[in-house]
Amino acid sequence: MPYHQDLGGTRHVFADLRQVMAAASPHRSGDVLAGVAATSAEQRVAARLVLADLPLARFLTEAVVPYEADEVTRLIIDRHDTAAFAPIAHLTVGGFRDWLLANDGAAITAVAAGLTPEMVAAVSKLMRNQDLIAVAAKLRVITRFRGTIGLPGRLSVRLQPNHPTDDPAGIAAAILDGLLLGSGDAVIGINPAGDSVADAHNLLLLLDELRQAYAIPTQSCVLTHVTNTLQLIARGAPVDLCFQSIGGTEGTNRGFGIDLALLAEAQDATLALGRGTLGQDVMYFETGQGSALSAGAHHGVDQQTLEARAHGVARAFRPLLVNSVVGFIGPEYLYDGKQILRAALEDHCCGKLLGLPMGLDICYTNHAEADQNDMDAILTLAGVAGVNFIMGVPGADDIMLNYQSTSFHDALYLRDVLGLKPAPEFEAWLLANGITDAAGRLAASPARLALPGVLGG
Amino acid sequence: MADLPAHLAALTQARIGLPRAGHALNTAATLAFDLAHARARDAVNAVFDTGPLHAAFDTIEVRSAAPDRATYLQRPDLGRQLPSAEAERLLPRGADTAIVVGDGLSATAVALHAVPLIRALQPRLGGVWAPIVAAHQARVALGDAIGAALGVDIVVVLIGERPGLSAPDSLGAYITWQPRPGRHDSERNCVSNIRPPHGLDHETAAARIAWLVHQARARRLTGVALKDESASDLRLA
Repeated sequence: MPYHQDLGGTRHVFADLRQVMAAASPHRSGDVLAGVAATSAEQRVAARLVLADLPLARFLTEAVVPYEADEVTRLIIDRHDTAAFAPIAHLTVGGFRDWLLANDGAAITAVAAGLTPEMVAAVSKLMRNQDLIAVAAKLRVITRFRGTIGLPGRLSVRLQPNHPTDDPAGIAAAILDGLLLGSGDAVIGINPAGDSVADAHNLLLLLDELRQAYAIPTQSCVLTHVTNTLQLIARGAPVDLCFQSIGGTEGTNRGFGIDLALLAEAQDATLALGRGTLGQDVMYFETGQGSALSAGAHHGVDQQTLEARAHGVARAFRPLLVNSVVGFIGPEYLYDGKQILRAALEDHCCGKLLGLPMGLDICYTNHAEADQNDMDAILTLAGVAGVNFIMGVPGADDIMLNYQSTSFHDALYLRDVLGLKPAPEFEAWLLANGITDAAGRLAASPARLALPGVLGG
Repeated sequence: MADLPAHLAALTQARIGLPRAGHALNTAATLAFDLAHARARDAVNAVFDTGPLHAAFDTIEVRSAAPDRATYLQRPDLGRQLPSAEAERLLPRGADTAIVVGDGLSATAVALHAVPLIRALQPRLGGVWAPIVAAHQARVALGDAIGAALGVDIVVVLIGERPGLSAPDSLGAYITWQPRPGRHDSERNCVSNIRPPHGLDHETAAARIAWLVHQARARRLTGVALKDESASDLRLA
């Protein structure tokens, strides 16, 4: 249905809810590229005024992507929890923003199952960066496998030891470097350079050997396609976590070569291995604004709303880890440091509102208008917002994926300035191995881990 | 202060075993990163100097529909479009093969590698060549419109790849049979990482490109159906 807003003699008309949502989004290049962005600054505020007065319940009757055409919409609507929604069912989107700022984390967490991704996306469009931080900081999403991730006062790190030819010695050296700098409690996760199942199997064996040799209370992952992970499980490979990139529409997921049934099959197969010691949260998802437009499956919906829908997909599979790879996709979707910052705070807050254990790959490519100073700002604000985990890439330079993220040293900085500690089990391991001292600082005399066989030990 | 046994740093190009100041990188490591990023940024923003191409070859210049670098970076669709005024200067002249040199995301790569690579292609590629086309603010698919305007059977687009922090000068070659607007990326073959001495050298790259071009002419297609088996074929040769 059409919506309109009169402002000083000008009537701003929006054909449907999709147009209201898109025009209300803060400016970003991907929405301009898709042809859905606001055409003027005033129109953007007009759309926000429409949104502010819109009943939250409208999102249960007006879908931005048709129910009949899209299994992600069906997942969102069919699993909506009416009882959880009841305390906020009477609110408008604007009223919901005020409610989020006024209520505590327990009250917000209690309504999570009653929130749809579209409701969460809508309210985020009325929130300043400060609001996105303040609301997210109230929320804790705690997950477990061999460690406990997401506790208050904790910051975990994915150790990302990628290598352009998947060389085992090069990868092992990068892992050792990260461990000695206190990274790896979220996961030790390799993006393989190739798509070979046999190579991925060898990498999993390497990771498992290192983890067991050092008795590290963490989990490992080779971030390969779910169909490869299913084959790896069938081959008896030591699979801790099942990884997949996901999007917010059925068409986007088809572009990734997946659907919801395949994700469920992969989750079941991974759960059947029973390798977690503290918990059985086995899924690891990555998302990122712009993936739907890139796949030609955006249905005229803005990229931030579609990102929230990707989080809606993740929520169905009890993940251990979810992270937005926020600046990886390039400047045609998020042009500069300002846009990447905004997207990072949106993705983190919206994911947490939906009940996800959100991390962030705070990153940029060399053709984006961004640099390490922008990453410092995003990193610091994400830490204040209570992000569950960030990436630890050697020197922030991923030599396989050719982009810049955050480093082991960046994680140390964030833990220092905000008084954050690693996951408790990993913190104890760092202390027991002489890597950190009782105060959590890196030990004055460098720790010595015995070298593994692949490094000549 | 460094933490990692020193000999391990030699096992990978990754930035491991970096010297620290407290928990941060020390000044030297910080500036080394800044220098690498500065080179990558300069490569992205470098202006395509077509002088060396004109000096070496019969060359025509065209511009995509992206008027400047900022627009080019945000509107990849414009970098794939050839304005009609530009297309009119590319009439068919009986050639069957076109070489397009596009700035892409690294004019630095083009400046270093385009002329020597084309010289290495000259004795190997065969066919009747159109003039070299130098394309400003170009994406790979701009070659489809250029190839169609020239009426050729095959287009080879040599284009600057997205700069990595340690690789600001990598050139890619994309080969497309019967180029015309609307071709999918799955209908092309690619030889990437042309970047001596760290990546492919010009002679090896030219041999691979020529192998793909000859296969494309024989099988009348490019893309996923044409797997690059040049390595094994070249070993046999």
